[in-house]
Amino acid sequence: MLPTSIPLDYYLILSAVLFVIGVVGVITRRNAIIIFMSIELMLNAVNLSMVAFSAFSGDIAGQMYVFFIMAVAAAEAAVGLAIVLSLFRNRQTVYVDEVNIMKW
Amino acid sequence: MNLQVILFSIFAIGAVASALLTITRRNPVASAMSLVGHFFMLSGLYLTLEAQFVAAVQVLVYAGAIMVLVVFVIMLLNLGKEQQLAERGNALRITLGTAVAAIFVVLMAMAVLGRPTGANQLSDQAIAIGTTEAVGQSLFTEYLFPFEAVSLLLLAALIGSVILAKRHVKEGV
Repeated sequence: MLPTSIPLDYYLILSAVLFVIGVVGVITRRNAIIIFMSIELMLNAVNLSMVAFSAFSGDIAGQMYVFFIMAVAAAEAAVGLAIVLSLFRNRQTVYVDEVNIMKW
Repeated sequence: MNLQVILFSIFAIGAVASALLTITRRNPVASAMSLVGHFFMLSGLYLTLEAQFVAAVQVLVYAGAIMVLVVFVIMLLNLGKEQQLAERGNALRITLGTAVAAIFVVLMAMAVLGRPTGANQLSDQAIAIGTTEAVGQSLFTEYLFPFEAVSLLLLAALIGSVILAKRHVKEGV
């Protein structure tokens, strides 16, 4: 038996709090890069709960998912930042509320 | 107070504090640096869960690769401090954000505390499944197809980002 006194629920609540911080970042900020970083916060919050479930249930599947989520996050980072770059090149802004060409 | 409790408290408080700094700083570089700190705190939390491989990959991929990319883009765009939005939009956004946060935290607390999992002991296999050996073993047998699929995804993302960020010289854009 491994000695630990931190229950699984604590990790889950911490993960939920971190996820909410990410959501608030996406809603309240206007800078596209900071919105992007808030999305990374949300992805990491979910990763934390996956690793916690994996360690408490003794199943490796949770850690496999985390590995794939990291790979998808890396792909998302590359494409997202390229979009921000080309947006800045065309509109000279990274503030999402100044980009409303697709809004009716 | 044993070591587990102390370590969990340090990493949890550090993770929440650095996440809050990330979303509140005006300067994007300060946000990015707080996010790097956040990734290190999460890596520590993974270590308290005996997931050594994930903890190492967290530092290498997130704090190393992704954040370097973000800081590079901030440097390329030469961003200054974010200007406060003068119109009504800002107050509305902050009110909405706080309301969403409050509702979600209450819902999650109800969900988790209403039906506690009761798990307060790591599984006996926790150390065994966290090692690079176990992860690699599993990755190249049971999860081989998703592994190959994700490599294709990364290739597609690579080509896509090059095309998106390329300067179109001929059109003069």
